[in-house]
Order: sequence, then C-alpha cells, then structure tokens
Amino acid sequence: MVEYRYKSDSNLEQVLSRGQFAVTAELGPPKSADLDLIKSKVELLKDWVDAVNITDNQTAIVRVSSLAVGKLILDMGLEPVVQMTCRDRNRLAMQSDILGAYLLGIRNVLCLTGDHQSFGDHPTAKHVFDLDSVQLIEMVKNMRDKGVFASGGEIKNSKKAEIKPPRVFIGAAANPFADPFEFRVIRLAKKVNAGIDFIQTQCVYDMERFERWMQQVRDKGLHEKCKILAGVTPLKSIGMAKYMRDHVAGVVLPDYYLRRITEAQDPKTEGVNICVEQIRRLKQIEGVAGVHIMAIEWEQKVPEIVQKAELRNR
Amino acid sequence: MIVAEQKPIEEIKGFLTGHKRILLLGCGTCVTVCLAGGERQVATLAPILRMSANVEVIENTIERQCDAEFFDAIKEQAASCDAILSMACGVGVQMAASIFPDKPVYPALNTMFCGTNDGAGQWSENCLACGDCKLGVFGGICPVTKCSKSLLNGPCGGSIDGKCEVDPENIDCGWQLIYDRLKALGKLDVLTENQKPRDFSKTHDGGPRRLSREDIAQI
Repeated sequence: MVEYRYKSDSNLEQVLSRGQFAVTAELGPPKSADLDLIKSKVELLKDWVDAVNITDNQTAIVRVSSLAVGKLILDMGLEPVVQMTCRDRNRLAMQSDILGAYLLGIRNVLCLTGDHQSFGDHPTAKHVFDLDSVQLIEMVKNMRDKGVFASGGEIKNSKKAEIKPPRVFIGAAANPFADPFEFRVIRLAKKVNAGIDFIQTQCVYDMERFERWMQQVRDKGLHEKCKILAGVTPLKSIGMAKYMRDHVAGVVLPDYYLRRITEAQDPKTEGVNICVEQIRRLKQIEGVAGVHIMAIEWEQKVPEIVQKAELRNR
Repeated sequence: MIVAEQKPIEEIKGFLTGHKRILLLGCGTCVTVCLAGGERQVATLAPILRMSANVEVIENTIERQCDAEFFDAIKEQAASCDAILSMACGVGVQMAASIFPDKPVYPALNTMFCGTNDGAGQWSENCLACGDCKLGVFGGICPVTKCSKSLLNGPCGGSIDGKCEVDPENIDCGWQLIYDRLKALGKLDVLTENQKPRDFSKTHDGGPRRLSREDIAQI
C-alpha cells in the first residue's frame, strides 16, 4: 500500500498534528427531513471550528442519518466528524458505511458504543451491539492501516485488484466521570491499543476530577498516543444545570456552578462565562490538545465562546 | 433454572374461546421451583378458568414437559380433551405440541430467562446460553448477561455508583461487579486485554442450535 504523510485525509488530523489547539463542535441532526435546520446550524458554526461532530441517533431517538448529514455539511464547507454507534448496526453494515462515508468525502469517524434504546423513542426496539466501541475502533483501524475487513479478507474488489482502504481519522469518546473511576483510564488505554487517533471527553464540569484523570492519562503516556479534546457544555439555564446534574448519567456538576447560575442576574451570560473560564483552564492542562464544545440546541453561542476563550487563532 | 411467569388471565382466557374441555398441564421441574407452573399453580388457575372461561378443566402435572417419556401417563387424559393449556416453559409447550399433533396446545406462561432465585419472590437472569462461555475470563460474572449492552470491553459511560443507567434502581452495572470481583481476586490485569468480537454463529444467530454427541449415540 502507498505510504502517506498523514494517516488520513482529515483536516482535523492536520490541525492536531501541527500542535494547534483544536476546536470541534456538535451538530445534532433534525428529527425530520428538514434541510433548512441543518443549513442554519452550519451557518452558525462554519467559520469558528475545525470540525463538527454529527451525532448518530443520539439518546436513541430517530434523526436524520449521521452519514447523510456529514455529506451535506461537507458540501456546505464544514468538516464533519461522523459519529457511529454500535447500537443500530452490525459489523457488515458498519464496514459498508465506513467505505461509503470515505467515498463521500468524510474523513473523521467517531466510534461509540451508543446510548441504550430504552432512553429513546423506540424503547421496544432490538439493539445490535454486535461489536462494542473498542472492537469497532480496531475494525476501522485494520480497514485503514492493514486494508482488511473484520473477516480478515482484503479490501479489494477482486483477486487482482488493488487494496483501496478507507483513510479516515479515528476518534472515540471517554468519560472520566463514570464509574469505576480507576477503570476509566484502563478503558482509554484499551481504546488507544485498539487504534484511536483522538478522543473527545464527556462534558467536564468537575475540573478537579478531570485533572486527576489527566494525571493518570499522562502517567500511562496516553496523551502522547492519542489527541485528547476535552468536552464542554455551556449551561443555558438553571433548569438545564439541574437536569445535567440529576439526570444525565456520567455528568458530574459541582454545586458551585449551579450556585453561580442560580445567583446570576442573567443565567445565560453566566453560563457562557463559566464555559469560557473552563476552556481557559483546560488549555493549561498538559495533554489537552483541544476542546469539544457541545452547545446543546445552543449552537448560536459557539462563536461567542470561541472568541471569548481566544481560540480563534486559526 | 428456566424462570417463567403466568400470562395475564385475559390472554389465557382468549386462547380457550370455543373449547369445552381442556387439560391444564403443569410441569414438575423449573416452573415448579420458580412457582409459576407447578402442581400448586395448576390448582390455583383451574378454578379461575372454570368460573370465568366457561370451560371444563382437567388438572394434571407431569415431572418434565421437556421430556417425551413423561407424557405417556397423560395420553388418555389428553385424548379426552379438545385442547391442552400447558403451564411449562416454551420448551415444554412445544414438546406437548409435537406429542399431540392433532390437539391445540396453548402456553399459560411467558418464559423469561435462565436465572437464579435471589430471595422471596425475586429472580434474576444469569445466562443467555450464548454457546461460548467466557466466565473463566471475567471472574465468574457474565458480561454478556449482566451488562445491558453485553459489552466485552465495558463498562460504558453509563455506569454510576455501581448501577446501570438503563435502570439505576434495579440493575447493577455488570462491569462494576466484574471489576470488584477481579480486584478482590488480584486479577485486574485481565481487564487491560482487548476482547475480540464475539462469534455469534454459536448463538441463535447461526440458526436454531442442535447438539449431537456420538459418544452418547453409540451407547
């Protein structure tokens, strides 16, 4: 196979390899065939981030396919990170979609386990989980670097044809706030061994716990083997802060932030301020290569956050 | 054992519409132990059906409905009825149907899982019969059964305070259980190894499974 300078043809990979502090955001596809909604979100994010995650039926609610929206936003001038969960597809469908995504110009794939279907709008559905996220990562890595399918067969159309692998940049998620805490870094190590290039974390509020986790990451040298983008989610209101604290599994929201939002004259401004402070602090942590801004149904605040956190030196 | 529970009475009565005389047939093995379809449950259900379903009910219980030989004793009784309502698991119901090809056979239970009794009125699932037992790797706790997503490289991000996000009140995180047990055994290093994808051809995904043993067949 041909030797390349980069592992993939991804812009995000180049930003991260240059050592620039990367900024990614998130775009949740609509629950209907609404192209205008996608366009308006792209307009909000377009000049402010390096790449945008397209979620894959997040919280197990049916939405426009992440692959399709990835192609749409690519055509609108924004680089997608297409999320792929193990919940809805088996290994055949996932490999087929990865080849298809690559041909459509998609260069970043984020490999996830996926939320359980009991959380969504089709709780009586059958889940798949043919693979788990670690196995998915290894499969994509072998497709790209060894030119083989999960079956071991070569990725070529006939015996005499040449191998044409999907050259994608491979991402995954990590949650430093779930339990058992001591196992969280072991699980990241498993993902690194499986072949990830970058990770995005669950949204960080508890900075102290995140720093402890990063210490463990550095102790194992994992920050040198994959790029770590810390997740942040600006708090929009008191209600949202309480919801994040009480109902989102794997999110730890210290009372300090809830108090600040509650006591603020304008909770929205305070939410943005907190987010900016967090990003500034995250930038100081050794091994944090970028930030992943998950502004849930609040994409219009991304440009303000990027500017205030002085991330726009690209 | 196989754990089952009785179907809603209205669904059972629905099966019996048009029948005049039925054999209500209990099973003396798993469903007796889990108090769903044994002799006592037959004795409880029979009068309810007599009163509310307008049907004559003959009661009997055999030792195992999953074994053909135990049906010999009830063949005459079955012949005198126009349907059989089986209180066995799905295996027993199908065995009854194969033994009485000209007789309608209905299930009185929903068969739920292979599991254990965890105390009065409590049962839980322990084995999915995946055909490729990994308990030796995971310290005697099955991730395929005990993790809601059957992850071999778990836990996912939904493990909080030892509970599974799917139902934090009632479901323990299987991976927390595995972690705690391997830690106690001093074998946490097992969890650093990446587990390969499962071979689903060994499960029902490969088609209905059969077992043929020549060593037994030759005896």
